[in-house]
Formats: sequence, structure tokens, C-alpha cells
Amino acid sequence: MTSRAARYVPTVLAIVMAIVVLVPLSMMFTVSLNPDEAQIQITLGTVRAFIPHVVSLENYQQVLADPHQPFLRYLLNTVIVVVGIVGIGLIVNASAAFALAWGQGAYRKLFIGVVIAVYVIPGESLVLPLLLMMSRVGWIDSYQVQIVPFIANSFAIFLFYQFFTAMPRELMEAAKIDGAGLLQIFFRIALPLSMPVVSTLAILGFLDAWNSYLWPLMVTRGPEYRPLSVAMATYFTSQQAFWGNVMAFAVLMTLPVLVVYLIFQRWFVASVMSSGVKG
Amino acid sequence: MIQRPPPEAAPTPPRTAPSHSGRLSAFLHETALIAPAAILLLVFLILPFFMAGYLSFTNERLVPRPIPTRFVGFDNYTRVLGDPDFWQAFRNTFYFALLVVPLQLSMSLGSAMLLNGRLRFRSFFRSVALLPLVTPITVIIVIWAAMFQIPDGLLNNLIRLFGYQGGYVNWLGDARWAMPSIVLLSAWATFPFQMLIYLAGLQGIPIERYEAARIDGANTWAQFRYITLTGLRNVHVFVIITTTIQAFKLFVQVDLLTRGGPLGSTNTLVRYMVQEGYSAQRIGYASAIAIIFFLLVATFALLQRALIPND
Repeated sequence: MTSRAARYVPTVLAIVMAIVVLVPLSMMFTVSLNPDEAQIQITLGTVRAFIPHVVSLENYQQVLADPHQPFLRYLLNTVIVVVGIVGIGLIVNASAAFALAWGQGAYRKLFIGVVIAVYVIPGESLVLPLLLMMSRVGWIDSYQVQIVPFIANSFAIFLFYQFFTAMPRELMEAAKIDGAGLLQIFFRIALPLSMPVVSTLAILGFLDAWNSYLWPLMVTRGPEYRPLSVAMATYFTSQQAFWGNVMAFAVLMTLPVLVVYLIFQRWFVASVMSSGVKG
Repeated sequence: MIQRPPPEAAPTPPRTAPSHSGRLSAFLHETALIAPAAILLLVFLILPFFMAGYLSFTNERLVPRPIPTRFVGFDNYTRVLGDPDFWQAFRNTFYFALLVVPLQLSMSLGSAMLLNGRLRFRSFFRSVALLPLVTPITVIIVIWAAMFQIPDGLLNNLIRLFGYQGGYVNWLGDARWAMPSIVLLSAWATFPFQMLIYLAGLQGIPIERYEAARIDGANTWAQFRYITLTGLRNVHVFVIITTTIQAFKLFVQVDLLTRGGPLGSTNTLVRYMVQEGYSAQRIGYASAIAIIFFLLVATFALLQRALIPND
């Protein structure tokens, strides 16, 4: 093989990779734009299934107007849960990590040990006792049952802890001399400085919460509190023959994440990379 | 209200020694910072963990019944270990991991090397490669369900195009093919995550090493074998183990596409646990499965800590 040809090998491979990734996604868009279900069935396995040839928003209108599967309600539920877990979680985990890094108590060493130890417990092995607890306190089918158990997060505490322990001691001393207590130092100095960790955890938490399935499946009963992930599954099962509508639902569910990704792409890449290196 | 001193004023003189009330307020501040996370971790992580252990020795059910819950010793464990459905789920889970980990790792290392090398439109290709990561998993499952269609879905047409003669493959409906199909979907869905971690690892290998090797006459394969793979040792350990643990947790793909079938060929440990504890409401029995699952995952997690030196 000549070196001239060898130079094109990476480009060719990259194009193959792009096709493998893009074909399923463009299939979702193409099918969602086609109002003719019979035609979709015939062309589903052909090139016409992933290169748009009709553009109609009829499927989208049907999805948004379906009274039994209220898409916008599901979206609202998901947003409330995501914002709840990520927003409250950032404050709670960061403040705990800050106390662990700069507090005085002798408990801190044990606490960090516990935080590192519980990180190996898979959430899946806790869902049944949690379900039992939640059903006994009457939290089933609510927002809090989807938010409160996931606010404190050992991975988040650990990541913040690593960041805060690396803060210069002089900064802390100077703030103390100015008469600031631990709480003021945390909110005025430490938390604003920790924005790289905040963005990492916000992005990873956002993805996690948007994808969560098993827990909301067990603790929600109907559209009132059900998030999009479970709703997508139910919609898919109930509308199996209507690919156009199912794909329109799928596109609508993907768009918010896609928009967030396109805006924050740089932080996004950095956060996943750091999660691996530190994990 | 305390007035802040104007900027030109001299800083307040340092306090001599922390007063008694100062120490008290420091204690209160620290408690306020640590308490919310401490309470939440205790109630929603540590308590359920010990509950799972306790419940696995009882015959607890999800909905309370007139007969009180009894302590049954190791009954649940002996029954689990003699339960053919459990062992099938156990084997399926390992089979999935055994197939998906090498496939996913070669996809992610391959694309990471492409994106790390000399490549035109690199940032475009990187953005494209990351798309599965931002597509919700339930959406990915739905798309693949369309591609798995029989007899004329995209994948069937594709294998015929490449010369497959046997009519069509019943991807999700054939006990031999259901798990490999789930493997394809799952590798596609999550490979970008490992790709980014490999990319971070590759960027940590100094370029001079490749230059030195080239001067010494090492060919592309030798460079890959002795510099890339060796330089990535810790990244490999991390990626292999986290991907394996991820694979053990397989649930939503099989729950949605195959309901564990056909003939239980795609039932996994997590799905069997949910089936027993949630659908059949046998919390005690399912807790024994949960504890076994925990031990499995914890073993691999500890293995990772043992294999990667702490920096």
C-alpha cells in the first residue's frame, strides 16, 4: 500500500464510524416526519427510511395532542425531577465535602471512609428496601420519591472533597481573619471557585436523571408524576404499529438533551473525561 | 447588621484567640454543612443497604399481610442457589458481559485512536461519535427495535446485502440471537463514554515516545502494541472493570425489548430480582438476589482498586 493511500485510511474509517452512528438517528428523524404509516412499514428497512423524502409535522401534532399520553406533562415531570436532584444535590454534596475538607470534627476521617466504601454499592441492590420504605411512608407516586433518595451522592461528595482539599490554606486563613465563619467561606469563596466540579456533576447528573428508568417505573403509577423515560417505554409498547408517532415521541424526548449538549459540548467532553480519570 | 468596611479602610485586626462563643459557632457552622448529606446518606443508602441484608433472612412481602413476617435463616439463599431461573439469569448476565465488553472496548479504543490521530474535520467526527451518549436509552431501544424488524428490517436487509442466504434472522425472537442483538444495541448506546476516557488516556501519552520509536524503526503495529497499549494500562483496567460492572446491571434493554425472553434467554440478574421482588412481591427472596448481586459488583470494584495504584 502506498503512503498516499494510507493517508486516507483514517478518514475512511471515521466516515464508517459516522455512518454507524448517524444511520439509526437519521432513521428516527426520517420516520417521525412521515405521516403515512403504511408507507413507513414498507420502507422501514430501505434507504428511504433514513433519508427524509416527506416533511410533515402530523405525527408531532398527534403526539402532543394525545390526551392519554400527555407528552408535555411527562416533560415537566422529568424537568422537575432532574432540576431537583441536580440542583439540591450540588449544594448538599458540596457543603458536606467542604466541611470534610476544612472542618474540625474528628468524625471526618470515618465519614470519608464511609463515602468511599458505599461507592461500590450498586443502586440496583437497594431498590427493593427503598421501595418498601417509600410505600410504608406513603411516598409512592410523587415527585419527592424520585428526588429525595438521590440528592446525597457519594461520588459527588468525593469529587468536591478532592477539589476543596486542594484549595490553598492561605485563602482559608485570610477569610477566617476577616471574621467569616465556615458557612460564609463556603458560600462566598469555595462554592464559586468549584465551578468546574459543579459543571461536571451537573452534566453527569442531568444525563443520569434523564435516563433513569427502573426506579420511576416502580414508584410512579400514572401520567401525573411519570417521567419521560418510562412514558417513552409505555408509548412504544402501546403504539407498536405506529412507528411515525413513536419516532416523533422519541425525537421530542431527545431534543432537549441534544440542545443542552450542543450548547455545553466543551464542558460535556471535559466532564466525562474527568469522571473517568478520577472515578 | 454588620457594615462592610470601605475598601480603603485598614483590615480588621486579627482576633487573638478563638473565644468560647466562636468555637460554638464554628461547631454549628460545620454541623449545618455536613448534616443534610449525612442524614440523607444514612436514610437512603446505608439504611436500605442493611435492610436488604436483613430482609434476605426473612419472608417479607411488598404488601403487608395478616401473617407476620418471619425470620427464615438462610432459607432464601439455599433456595436461590437451587433455583434454575436464577442460574439462567446469572449465566445470561455473564454471557452479555463477555460479549459486550470486548466489542464495546474495541469500538471505543478504535474511535478514540482515530480522533486522537491526524484527522480532517476531527471536531465534527467527535461530535457525531458522542451523539449516542446524549440520546436517552429508551429512545435508542425504540430505534433499534425498528431496525430489528422481521423479515425486512434494516439489519435483515443489510445481512442479505452482504450475502446472507438463510432468509432472515429473527433478532429478538430467537433464543440464540436475542442476547447478541441486545449486545449490538448496548455497545452502540454506550461506547462514546469509554471512547472519551480512552481519549483522555491517549492524550496523556507523550508524543515524543512515538517519535523515538519511529526513529528506532518501530512499525505502526509495534507502536500500537508497545506504546499505546502499554501507556494505557491503568485506563484499560479502569475501563474494563467499569464496563463489566455496567454490563452486570443490564436491565432496561431486555425489560423493554424481550421481557427476558424468548425462553428466558435474555433474563438478567437485575431483571430477575425485580421480577421476584416487585412483580411477584417476594421481597425477602429478591433481597437474597440483591445481596448476591452486590457481592458480585463489589468484588469487581475492589479488584479495580487493587489493580490501579493510588496516586
